[in-house]
Amino acid sequence: MSSERFDFAIAIGGAAGQGIATPGNVLARIFIRRGLHLNAYNAYQSIIRGGHIFLTMRISDRPVHNHGDKLDLLVCLNQDTMDRHLGLMGPGTRVIYNGDTITPGSPGDGVHLCPLPIGELTDNNRNKLVQNTVALGTILNLLGMDFQILEEIITMQFQRKGQEVVDENVGVARAGFDYAAEHFEHFNLAVPSGGKPLAVWTGNDALAMGGASAGVKFYCAYPMSPSTGVLHWMAQNARELGIMVRQVEDEIGVANMAIGAAHVGCRSMCATSGGGFALMTEAVGSAAMLEIPVVFIDVQRAGPSTGVPTKTEQGDLWQILGASQGDFERFIVAPTDALDAFNTMPELFNLVDHFQCPGIVISDLLISEGTFSVDPEAIDMQPEIDRGELITESRNGVSDIPTGSQEANGHGLIGAPSNGYLRYENTDSGISPRALPGVEGYAHVVATDEHDEDGVLVSDEFTNPHKRRKMVEKRARKFKDVARRIEPPTLSGADAADAEITLIGWGSTHGVIREAVEILNRDGIAVNHLPVKWIVPLHAEAIAEVFASAKRTVIVENNHSGQFHRYLRGETGLTAEGHIRKYDGEPFMPHHIVDGVKELLAGQTDIFVPYQEVIV
Amino acid sequence: MSVETVPREAVEEKPATPLKAKDFKGKVDPDWCPGCGDFGVLSSLQRACVNLGLRPHEILTISGIGCSSNFPGFFNSYGMHTLHGRALAVATGAQMANHELTVFVTGGDGDGYGIGGNHFTHTARRNVDLTYIVMDNQIYGLTTGQVSPTSSIEMKTKSTPFGSVESPINPITAAIMNGATFVARAFSGDARHLTGLIEQAVRHRGFALIDVFSPCVTFNKDNDYPFFKQRVKKLEDEGHDPGDWKAACEKALIWGDEIYTGLFFQKPDTPTLGDREPVLDEGGSMAGRELGITPGQSDRIIKRMM
Repeated sequence: MSSERFDFAIAIGGAAGQGIATPGNVLARIFIRRGLHLNAYNAYQSIIRGGHIFLTMRISDRPVHNHGDKLDLLVCLNQDTMDRHLGLMGPGTRVIYNGDTITPGSPGDGVHLCPLPIGELTDNNRNKLVQNTVALGTILNLLGMDFQILEEIITMQFQRKGQEVVDENVGVARAGFDYAAEHFEHFNLAVPSGGKPLAVWTGNDALAMGGASAGVKFYCAYPMSPSTGVLHWMAQNARELGIMVRQVEDEIGVANMAIGAAHVGCRSMCATSGGGFALMTEAVGSAAMLEIPVVFIDVQRAGPSTGVPTKTEQGDLWQILGASQGDFERFIVAPTDALDAFNTMPELFNLVDHFQCPGIVISDLLISEGTFSVDPEAIDMQPEIDRGELITESRNGVSDIPTGSQEANGHGLIGAPSNGYLRYENTDSGISPRALPGVEGYAHVVATDEHDEDGVLVSDEFTNPHKRRKMVEKRARKFKDVARRIEPPTLSGADAADAEITLIGWGSTHGVIREAVEILNRDGIAVNHLPVKWIVPLHAEAIAEVFASAKRTVIVENNHSGQFHRYLRGETGLTAEGHIRKYDGEPFMPHHIVDGVKELLAGQTDIFVPYQEVIV
Repeated sequence: MSVETVPREAVEEKPATPLKAKDFKGKVDPDWCPGCGDFGVLSSLQRACVNLGLRPHEILTISGIGCSSNFPGFFNSYGMHTLHGRALAVATGAQMANHELTVFVTGGDGDGYGIGGNHFTHTARRNVDLTYIVMDNQIYGLTTGQVSPTSSIEMKTKSTPFGSVESPINPITAAIMNGATFVARAFSGDARHLTGLIEQAVRHRGFALIDVFSPCVTFNKDNDYPFFKQRVKKLEDEGHDPGDWKAACEKALIWGDEIYTGLFFQKPDTPTLGDREPVLDEGGSMAGRELGITPGQSDRIIKRMM
C-alpha cells in the first residue's frame, strides 16, 4: 500500500450511555500521535440513555476533510448496531462484537466476523463499559499496531480515576489484543506513520479558541446543542485565560449581556443554535443601531423549530439574513472547517471593532461537533488585534460638567450644554471614534432609538426626517466597499475552461465537495469548485465572473429549499442550472455529490437529493 | 476566591469640586407629560449623585423602553437606551465587564416586571452590584394606556375596558424571594425620602431595587398623587427591621388605606456576583485588561490537544 493513500475508517456503534466517546478519544489520540490525519463524525440522538450512536472515524496519511464513503472496521457495542450496519460492510472488512450477547446475522461475502468472548476475557466483569476497552485492544491488533501506544493512552485517559482503574483497563485491553492475535486475521495493511504528531479538536473548540485568541474577555451563553461545546471550552479555560464566562437565563439575556460587556470595552461573544438565535434576533439589530461590536455564533441544526436537535443542516441562512428589523450593517461568515473557524474569529473581531457593528458566524453541527486533526503549528493563538477607533484616555481639561451656552448642544434652548463629544459623528467613512464608559470628558448616551450625532434621541419629540436620513446614511457608509477588505472566493479543481460543472457550496460543505471534485476529476469528469465563505459582504463580482465562464453551475447545500441559491439569485440575479441538496439530517458523503454530478450531467434531474444509506 | 466586602472607593472619595444637581442635567429636557412622577425620580437621582460625590463619567445609566426608559437622555452620565425589557441583562454585562462603574438601571413596571421579568429574577439572585430604579406607574404609558403587571385587579384600561381580571405582581416580595439584597419602595412625591434611599442603595454592595410609585397623570386616574399621598407610610417611622425578611414581606403585602414605603429588606454582607467571580481577583476591570493570550498559555492549550 506504500504508494497508495492510506485511508481507513472505523465505526463504533451503540446506545447512549454505552461509552462510545472514550474509545473514540483513545483511538483519536493514538492516530494523531502517529502523525495521521483524521476526521470523525458522530451521529447521535437527543437522548442521554439509549437510542443509537454511531461514530465514524476516518484516518489517513494525507489530510482528510470529511468522514468518507466507506467503512473498514465496525465495532458493535449492541445488537442494534449489528442489525443496522452489518449490511454496509464489504469484502475485507472486520466486524468486532461481544460474542456473548450479540448475534451477527448474515454478513456479506468477505466480511470477517470477530466475536469476542467478553465474559471470559474480563473475568465476567460486571462493568459493561469494559467491553469497549477489550475492543480497543482488538482494533490495535487487527491494525498490526503495537500494544504499547494503547497502554500509554489508556493510562492518560484513566489516570484521574486512579491506578486500579488504569490497571483494569490496560489488562482487558491486553486480553482483547492477545485474543485477536490468536483468533482473527489482521488487516492486510501497514498503518503508516505520518511526519510529526498532530493535535485534535472539534469545531466548537476551534471557535472558542479563535475567540480567546482574538481577545474575548466576556463570553456568555445558554446551553443549546450543538453549540454547547463552545461554552464548555470557555468555562474550562476561563480562569486560566482570564475570560469571564456566564451562563445566562435565556438567549435574549445572553445577547444583551454580551452587548453590555462589549459597550464598556470587552471583546465579547456568544454562541447558540437556531432556536436560541431566534431569541437573540432583536439584540442583533440593537448592536447595529448602538454601533457596538459583538460576535454571535449560530451553530445550525436541523429545523424548523426544535427540529432534529442532534442533526446537521444549513437551514438558518435566511433566519440570519433576516434577523432583526430595519436596514443595518453586519458581517455574516460561514467558516469551512475547524481551522478556518479558528482563523475566522480574530479576523471577524477586527472587522466588527473597525466597523462598530455585529458579526455573525454560521457554523453547523458538522463543523462544530466534528472532530478534526490539526497541525499544531497551524494554530496561531497570537493573531494581530486591531480595535479600531477607540477612545480610552481622558481629554485634558474637558469635563463632563456642562458649561458654556445651551445653544452649543445643537438642540435649541433646551437641556444642558454638551461636552462636545459626538459618539455618532457623521464622518466621511461613517465610522465614529468610540469612547468607552468611564473615560472623563466623553460622557454620552447610546441609543437603540434613532439618535443624532451626539446620541440624543430623534425618535420622539425631536423627530426630524433630515437627521434620520443622515444617520441611516452614516451607518450604511461604513459598508461601502467593505468587500474589498476580505478575500474573495476562488476556484479550485479542474481548469475553468475544461470544467463541465462548477460546484458552488458555502460553509461546511467545503471538505466534502473538495473530495468529490478530486474523485470526479480522477474519473475523467472535469469539475471545479467555488466555496463561498463570506455571506455578507458577498463577493458578487467574483462570483459573477465564475458564473460567466462556467459551462454549468450546480449549487450544493444541506437544506431543502436552496437557501443559498435564493440568496445568491436575489443579490446577483444569477441562477444555477442544477442543485444537489440534502435535508435528512445527515451530512453529505463524497459519493453523494459524485452521484449527483453524474445524474445532473446525464440530464436526469435538475435537483439531485442523495439517498442516505447509513441509518443513524 | 475573595468574598469579603470592600468600601466603594468612588463613593468615599470626594471630588475636587463639589457638583450641583444641575450638573447632572442631560442634553435635552424630559419630554414627559407635565406632572409625571418621573420628574421627581430624575431630580432625586441627580441630588443623590451630588451627595454621593459621583462624577458623570463614573456612572453608567441603562434603560429599556418606555416613558421612564427615556431617562438616560435626561441625565448627565454615560447612558444606554436599550431594548424593551433588556436593561438588566445589558447592565449585568456592563457591570461585570467594568465593575469600577456605578451602574443605575432606570425603567418602568412593564419593562422590568413584564417583558423583562426573567432578567429581574436572575439579576436579583445573582446579586449584581447595581441600583435598579423602577418608575412604577401601574400602567403602560408610552403605548397610551394599557394594563401593566402592577395594575390593580379590576382596573379599567384601554386593553381592559371592563376591568382587569389579573392579579398584580408584588415587586417587593418578588424581589426578596428572588434573592435581592436591598429592596425598597418610594413615592416620587417625596423626593427627599427617595434621594436618601438612592444613596443607601448605591452604598449597598449588591442588587438594590427601589420600586418608586411614579404616577402617570395622563393614563392612570386610579393611582394618582392624592391616592398615594393619603396612604404612604414610611417604614422608618414604624421601627421596621430591614434584616427581618418575614416582617418585610408582611409589610409589603399591605395594600389598602396604608401602603408602606422605605427600606423593606437589606442583607448587607452578601457577596456580589463580582465578589464571587474569581476572574476578577486578578484586579482591574475586564474591559481594561490586555487582550489576547500569552504564548505560555497557548502552548499549554495546544499540548492538551495532542
